[in-house]
Amino acid sequence: MADTMNRASKDDAPLSTANKESQAIDEATDGLIVQRGDKLVARAVTINRPRAELYAFWRDFSNLPPILDNVVRIDVLDRERSHWVVKAPAGGTVEWDSRITEDREGELIAWASEDGADIPNSGRIEFRDAGARGTVVVATINYAQPGGTIGRVISRIFQREPKMQAQRDLRRFKQLMETGEIATSSRTQQQLEEERN
Amino acid sequence: MRALTWHGKHDVRVDSVPDPEILNPRDAIIKITSTAICGSDLHLYDGYIPTMMAGDILGHEFMGEVVETGARSTLKKGQRVVVPFTIACGSCYHCGKHQYSGCENGLPADNQDIGQELYGQPMAGLFGYSHLTGGYAGGQAEYVRVPFSDVGPIVIPDGIEDEKVLFLSDILPTGWMAAENAEIEPGDIVAVWGCGPVGLFAVQSAFLMGAERVIAIDHFPRRLELARRFGAETINFEETDTAAALFEMTGGIGPDAVIDSVGLEAHGFFVDNVLDQIKKSTFLGTDRIHSIRQAILACRKGGRVSMPAVYGGFVDKFPLGALMEKGLTLKTGQTHVQHYMPALLNAIMEGKIDTTFLISHTLPLEQAPQGYKMFHDNQNEVTKVVLKPGMALAAE
Ligand SMILES: NC(=O)c1ccc[n+]([C@@H]2O[C@H](COP(=O)([O-])OP(=O)(O)OC[C@H]3O[C@@H](n4cnc5c(N)ncnc54)[C@H](O)[C@@H]3O)[C@@H](O)[C@H]2O)c1
Ligand SMILES: [Zn+2]
Ligand SMILES: [Zn+2]
Repeated sequence: MADTMNRASKDDAPLSTANKESQAIDEATDGLIVQRGDKLVARAVTINRPRAELYAFWRDFSNLPPILDNVVRIDVLDRERSHWVVKAPAGGTVEWDSRITEDREGELIAWASEDGADIPNSGRIEFRDAGARGTVVVATINYAQPGGTIGRVISRIFQREPKMQAQRDLRRFKQLMETGEIATSSRTQQQLEEERN
Repeated sequence: MRALTWHGKHDVRVDSVPDPEILNPRDAIIKITSTAICGSDLHLYDGYIPTMMAGDILGHEFMGEVVETGARSTLKKGQRVVVPFTIACGSCYHCGKHQYSGCENGLPADNQDIGQELYGQPMAGLFGYSHLTGGYAGGQAEYVRVPFSDVGPIVIPDGIEDEKVLFLSDILPTGWMAAENAEIEPGDIVAVWGCGPVGLFAVQSAFLMGAERVIAIDHFPRRLELARRFGAETINFEETDTAAALFEMTGGIGPDAVIDSVGLEAHGFFVDNVLDQIKKSTFLGTDRIHSIRQAILACRKGGRVSMPAVYGGFVDKFPLGALMEKGLTLKTGQTHVQHYMPALLNAIMEGKIDTTFLISHTLPLEQAPQGYKMFHDNQNEVTKVVLKPGMALAAE
């Protein structure tokens, strides 16, 4: 199996930092990601907690909404399948069913959207030991740019800053795991609610 | 509650705003008993720091009484605490190395983008210091919400007045870390630019760490006099060619270590400084750097440059060649306050460090705007303004 994080054959830089996106997608989907589009986002974060603990938290998808900013709701359907409801522009939502395509205890979880997804997507989250630094968590997301007007609006949101979004989500994961809470500079409960909506 | 809020350049006001609430399990709410205006606050007052929003509550040097605690706070109601200006979680990689101002979890996730873009990595969260550092409400108010209250605030034993310990929040550890970063050896000559609170604490700390001579530089006679009180020799840069004086005063060798505690707003009509100002207003450069430039040129070969002074952006004409050719070491950073607090509290209790000398004015919180104006306009007389929410208004 190809090393799906590094372009090991050529150099040690992660795929997510490749200048040529199409090449990176080829290499990424060569391994553990079922291809669902021509867009790729990948981000890494170091979390000062044991690998097993981070995996266990992530494996229960119902834990994720507070971390994933755009996610309204995740319904866990069974051990493999979940239903995702995600914010879209103008107060709307987009939805899809997701199925786990690979699951290695303490190591990685890979998923892909099923037919009929508003935004076809797939991805993988990996947990790697990082010695005194804890665990390096790498998220890789592959998705298709939706068509039509709504697609254009959605893609503005999902495309212009998807890297940023993924990074912010990983930062929140780190905060919750390392400190037990998600940092906020709000001063009152009301401000906090406005900020989170 | 009442709070000092920012509304624009040279426009700060005391407004009524909703009281802070516990939002996270490790939070505590502190009722402020004393809070100070810092030299760094003047950067906000002068409009040098981007990402400020009207209504932001200022203040990062404060202390008070614990009035409310979250489920995971280790503080108890009624305890008196001094709060570090850096918001640090105590459990990330950086906190583990006691590099608290590098904490990765103090800044809300969405506020981390700017720092990452500007500096390559997000910065730490700070109280009352723009949205670049998190947009946290500061302590120049009646109450403040303090995150990570189980690791940051230090509990003050009864019987020690606020004035003695308030500066543990920032400037005392900052002056101390500045001297520590200068890696002082017994017998060293240390030169300190700027005799504001940070410089004056750096002078005291340098002597405590074994410096034989400390040479302090400023242009305010009153501040220079305070430096002399701690045994420093002084240079008034308005009356003297500082570079030449340092060369002669050290017999041509130069100081072993130099400390820049001036920063962004370096005063004075030096040619390069005026040039920096012109460039700043035409967006060619964002920081004026006369003091750091002069410090590097004055430092002896193989010496150490310590830079507690705050810089934010890119600088022009930075003497990189001198740094390299002379083999200098440069150390800097926002202060790791949590790391220094316990030892410095002990030093205060043992009478080894004096802090009260610095306070020139104490005002009620309601008069904070006057405090800012005074501190801004008359730095010679006004060395430190302490605000007290509970204090009665002086008859006018
Ligand atoms: N690293 C940190 O964590 C940290 C913490 C607190 C403050 N600071 C920074 O430290 C610096 C000093 O803070 P402060 O509260 O003492 O400020 P301050 O404004 O009270 O003092 C600065 C002093 O420098 C003098 N000065 C100006 N130009 C000079 C020059 N060219 N040569 C010599 N002296 C000159 C001024 O007259 C003034 O007395 C500021 O930049 C502040 O932002 C950093
Ligand atoms: Zn300060
Ligand atoms: Zn931390």
